Formats: sequence, C-alpha cells, structure tokens
Amino acid sequence: MLDTGYRVEIPGGINIDAQVVGPIPRFFAFAIDLGIRGVIVFLLSIISIPFGAFGLGGGFFLIFLFAIEWLYPVLFEVLWRGQTPGKKALGISVINDDLTPVSLGTSMVRNLLRTVDFLPLFYLAGLVTMLSNRHFQRLGDLAAGTLVISVRDAARSTPRQDIEPLAPSTSLLRTEQSSIIEFLQRSPQLSEPRQKELADILEGVTHEKGDNGVRRLHRIGAWFLGVR
Amino acid sequence: MKQHNFEDMHESTWRRIEDSLQNPAQGDNSKILAEHYLLLCQHLAIAKERLYDAALVERLNNLVLALYRELYRFRSESRLNFYAFLKRDFPLAIYRHRYFVLLSFLVFVLPGLLAGAWTYFDDEAVYSILDAAEVRQVERMYDPEARKLGREREADTDIFMFGFYIKNNISVAFRCFAGGMAVGIGTLLVLFFNGMFIGSIAGHLTRLDYVDTFYPFVVGHGSFELTAIVFSGAAGLRLGYAIVNPGQFSRLDALRLAGRDVIPMLYGIVLMLVIAAFVEAFWSSSTLLSIEIKYLVGGLLWGLVLLYSFSGRRYESR
Repeated sequence: MLDTGYRVEIPGGINIDAQVVGPIPRFFAFAIDLGIRGVIVFLLSIISIPFGAFGLGGGFFLIFLFAIEWLYPVLFEVLWRGQTPGKKALGISVINDDLTPVSLGTSMVRNLLRTVDFLPLFYLAGLVTMLSNRHFQRLGDLAAGTLVISVRDAARSTPRQDIEPLAPSTSLLRTEQSSIIEFLQRSPQLSEPRQKELADILEGVTHEKGDNGVRRLHRIGAWFLGVR
Repeated sequence: MKQHNFEDMHESTWRRIEDSLQNPAQGDNSKILAEHYLLLCQHLAIAKERLYDAALVERLNNLVLALYRELYRFRSESRLNFYAFLKRDFPLAIYRHRYFVLLSFLVFVLPGLLAGAWTYFDDEAVYSILDAAEVRQVERMYDPEARKLGREREADTDIFMFGFYIKNNISVAFRCFAGGMAVGIGTLLVLFFNGMFIGSIAGHLTRLDYVDTFYPFVVGHGSFELTAIVFSGAAGLRLGYAIVNPGQFSRLDALRLAGRDVIPMLYGIVLMLVIAAFVEAFWSSSTLLSIEIKYLVGGLLWGLVLLYSFSGRRYESR
C-alpha cells in the first residue's frame, strides 16, 4: 500500500505521526538549492577575478566552491532545523528516523553519500533507492538513518459551524460518533448526491431520507462535537 | 467531554505554545519546553482516546512533534566536545576499525609500491599508467633545473594552491568514503588507483633523480593526507562490509549502525585534510627552507600522526 505515514513512539509514551515526502518535492527543493548555489558561484567568480584568477581570488574561489559543494547542505540542515532554503520553500525538512533533529554527524553522512546517489547520472541511484523503500530514503538517508518529512503547519483551530445540535435517538459507539463528526466536517468537500448517498445508509439513525437525512446527520454530528 | 468543551478549555494554551514556537524566547527555555511537551503529549493522548476529529488530532500531533524536535535540538550527544573528540573519540574510532584501516592501507600502499618499483626500473612503465601530458606536467613541477634558487612563490599563489588542494584532495577522500555504499567496491577502486598513481609518480621521479625536489615537498603534508585517505577508505569499507555481512542485523539496520559508527572518523578525516592542505600550501611549497629541515619536520609530523593514530587502544572498554 502507498502510505506516507511514519509513526514513532516517543518518550512521553505516545505515538506521533509524520508524513514522509517523495521524490517530486525533494527534486524541486534540490532545484531551488542548485539555483541558489549557481547564483552564489557566479557572483563569487565575478568578485574573485579582479583579485587574480590564479592567485588570491582564485584560491578563495576554490575554497568557496568546495564549501558550497560539500558544506552548504550540512550547515543549513544542522543550523536551520533540517532545512536548506530549497527545503524551506517546499515545507519539507530532514529529520533523524526517531524524529529527533539531524545532528552534524548524521547530516554529514547523508550529504557525503550524495556522490553515490548521483550515480550513474543525475541521481538515478538515489531515485531508484527512494522508490524501492517505504519511506522514500535515498542511499545517504539509509546509511545516516534520516528521513525527509513534511513540516507544513496544520491549520489552527477549525472554524465552527453554526448548526443547531440534535441528540440522536439511539446510542452510538465512539467510532460511530466520530464517523458522523468526520462526515459533518468533510461535507464541504463532498458533492450533494454523494452526501445523500452516505446519509441514506444511516436512515436507521436519522429516520429521514435525502436532503433531510443529510441535514439531520449534520445536526447529530454537531451534537457529538459539543455545539450548544 | 465533548470536543468543543475540550477545545475551549485549552485553546488559549495551544495558541500560546504555537506562538512561543514561532518566536522562541531567548536563553535556556528547556524547562518551559519540557513542561509544554508533557502537557501536549497528554492532550494528544486524550484527543486520540476520545476519537476527537482528525483536524484536532493532527494539530496536536504537529505541536507535539515541533516541541519534541525543539526539545532534542541541543541534546548533549550532538554537542561536539572538541577536546574529548581529539583525545579519545577519534583515536578510539580508528582502533575499533583497525581491520578496515589495515585493509584500506594494504589496498592503497601495495599497488603504490608495485607501481613505484615498476616505474623505477622500467623507463616506459609510467606511460602505461599516466598519460604523457600528466607525466610532462609532473616532471615540470619537480624539475630541479626549473626551480631557480631562492625563487619564493608569492603568498597569493600559496592561497590559490591551498584552495586547489582543499577542493581536490578532500573531494577525493570524500568520494573514497562514499564508494563504500557500492558494497565497498568504489572505495577499493579509489584506493587502488590513487595508490597506483602516487606510486608511479614517485617511482618515475626517483628514476629521473628528482629526489631532492619531490620528497622534501611531499614528506610534510603526506603524513596527514595519505593517512587521512587510508582512514576514509576504512570508513567506506566499514559501510560496504555492513551491507555484505550484516551479522545478526538486517542489512538496513547494519548499514545505519555503520553510518553512525564512522561519524567520528569523518570529523577526523576532514580535520586532517584541512591541516594537510595548510601544510601543503604554506610549508611544503616554500623553497627558502633547507631540505634537511623539511625532512626533519616531515619525519616529526609522520611520527606524531602515527603515534596519535595508534593511541586509541587504551580507551576501548573490555
């Protein structure tokens, strides 16, 4: 099954869930970083030429070229909560597989192994590896024990609907209650015929069919949510 | 308790924590973080247990994750204690990987010695290993005739060469490590060919009797650079070996353990290569210093590096 969920039990005695991200957002993040690096290298080459291409300027240029090739991702990941500028733009972040932040060591391993992920051409090995394991890890991630997860902010409090609540006539199990709540909250995303179709299944609860059934189910959902 | 009552009770707390995550307070706020973390863990557990809706559970889940990441951002393990690293961690890592170091050393040095002997005794041999342009370039670099007495390289040329060595030599060592992911074969190839190139150049230059220009130049930084390449080979082989023979672990777990294991080696390798680049650019290239001083200092550096590299044994717990 395709499932991007990643669950870890953390101290505090609870499971938390994260969403791992696949090759496409990671490709865009990489492309943005590549662009940024390209611009920096271009600017540096302009600045350094007047200081002598084979002297002071050239020397510093080569040092920076080295730093940008090998250190750019490591420094950003360690100092900027697992995000290079490209990853920040895409709302993704590198993290250890126990969901603790990447440290200098793990970041170094995953980024030094970039070389093998690149082989034989344009990250083919990395892509194949990513697609053949459950958590979209490239070779460097596998050796370092890291993941790339989505860190988009979830919506804050959901807006409350103004519906008059209605107590259901029969008692319902917890899971059934939460299904009705989910039905209420997802109804803006469902077409009306689909809503009716779903509400009709619960005719035994609502004692109504069609539009009235949908409306009653919404009211029951509001009651379970605690609307007053 | 209905979901809305629960939300109404805690909404202001969640807001406050969300805001404090976005604009963290200055200084040590680990105590507050820990309090928030425990509170939110409890709220998330309640929300899950009572089957509150997915949006609320997701919001609390993300809050707990953010707090957790913040809380573990500065755990002591990731704080580098430089002194303890130099004194204990790096030598110990070398000692614990001694068989990989030995293998890496042999794969690097044996082809070097063979190629060196071959090029020393056979005039043509060097051309079977390097192409003619490379041979000419190396010959020109170390030709005693071309080196006018007292011609000191300019300081900014030194900086250029420093940059050049950093970019090239450290990249070679990094690739040597990365080659370990190809079940170690990449590492073996990098070691083998670099050993062979270096050996054939040394043999060829010795044959041409460029001894007084070549060896005093390389003896100083060679101590750090060649040793670091052997170590990066060892780190790469450790990864490769974990894939080939994972023992009682799954291959993936073995690889991940190996990855964690070699981290001190990586720090050390980077440090050694940076030192090597400094020595190469600002010491080895100097023509003012006499050959004797260069051999003396070079020998001293070799002795120190080797002594240091073998000092890890006493930290191994038995």
